Amino acid sequence: MSIRYGSLAVLASAALALSAVATFGQEAERKGIPAPPGHVFKTIISGYQFRTKETRALQDDDLENPGFLAVERAADVWKTVDGGEGKSCMSCHGEAEKTMKGVGAAMPKWSEKLNKPVNLEQQINICRTEHMKAQPWAFKSKELTDMTTFVRFQSRGMPVAVKTDGPMSPWFEKGKEIYYTRVGQLDLACASCHEKNNGKFMRADFLSQGQTNGFPTYRLRDQRLVPLHERFEGCMFDVRGVPYKPLSDEFLALELYVAWRGIGLPVETPSVRN
Amino acid sequence: MADKPRIKLPKEAKKGEIIQIKTLVSHLMESGQRKDAQGKPIPRKIINKFTCEFNGKPVFSCVLEPAISANPYIQFDARVDEEGTFKFAWTDDDGSVLTAEEKIALKA
Repeated sequence: MSIRYGSLAVLASAALALSAVATFGQEAERKGIPAPPGHVFKTIISGYQFRTKETRALQDDDLENPGFLAVERAADVWKTVDGGEGKSCMSCHGEAEKTMKGVGAAMPKWSEKLNKPVNLEQQINICRTEHMKAQPWAFKSKELTDMTTFVRFQSRGMPVAVKTDGPMSPWFEKGKEIYYTRVGQLDLACASCHEKNNGKFMRADFLSQGQTNGFPTYRLRDQRLVPLHERFEGCMFDVRGVPYKPLSDEFLALELYVAWRGIGLPVETPSVRN
Repeated sequence: MADKPRIKLPKEAKKGEIIQIKTLVSHLMESGQRKDAQGKPIPRKIINKFTCEFNGKPVFSCVLEPAISANPYIQFDARVDEEGTFKFAWTDDDGSVLTAEEKIALKA
């Protein structure tokens, strides 16, 4: 009997040690998807997995998630006529739930007409100026971010599926170059944090892989939805660099490249992050 | 405050059942502590009061202070003894009141 108790005690202490390790390094809980061959990561992990359980809970409940306030606002705007043509988004596109499905997951997309890629914000403004003869919305404006969120929300759960070949390949290469270029007084590249050190605890936070599948994302820090290029700007500012302009060719190339780094991840818009 | 509030509660409940009510409303909740780009203080504009009534009787109310973040989310429980209507009201600093109603039925 005494031998049995002894081995039980060993087992119990081993279990204790294991659970201590598991709570300390949260990596064990982080679930990802296997990356395609030739990808930079072995496992692609959404930023969701790096957040606390409270933040995750906020995203998981569609009523509590404050991002849905924007989705509901934009759902009304979708049907509202604006501009000289007397059209709304709905006049051409019909029900967003059907026609916009998958659109957001495939952005940025090549535009034959402009001979360059366009992202969702740009496409919305192209629609407004060319087809509706309405004023374009300013970047960071509530209207543009709401509509971007609404359109991307229609792809929620669908895998990120950007095309990087053909005419997109020079843009992809440009984005890659930006990703690995050190900038600012702190002399850091995107890769310094999000590739080499993701999962580590820094600045009172866990560094994520820097995935874009949740954008525009409701940031608790800002108490509003933040579009992707504003986040890019913020990162460059944080390393004390001079950020590129939102919707510039540089950020567009970076958006394309970073989207590829998260290829296959489900779209989470509107996500909730710190 | 033009946006519709988001409210979640069951459509029906058993007599005497305790139900959970969730509310989320879109509001900037400007604290009055911040300054604009010119250095001028931005005046305070928050929702300062929330009330919930069931068939005219108070169920829950609270006073909100400037430290509460934008888009306040309020969750509480209520016991349902009869069928009726929950009335919700959010009072803004400017005096305007945003209201909403939700009906609940008794399970047979």
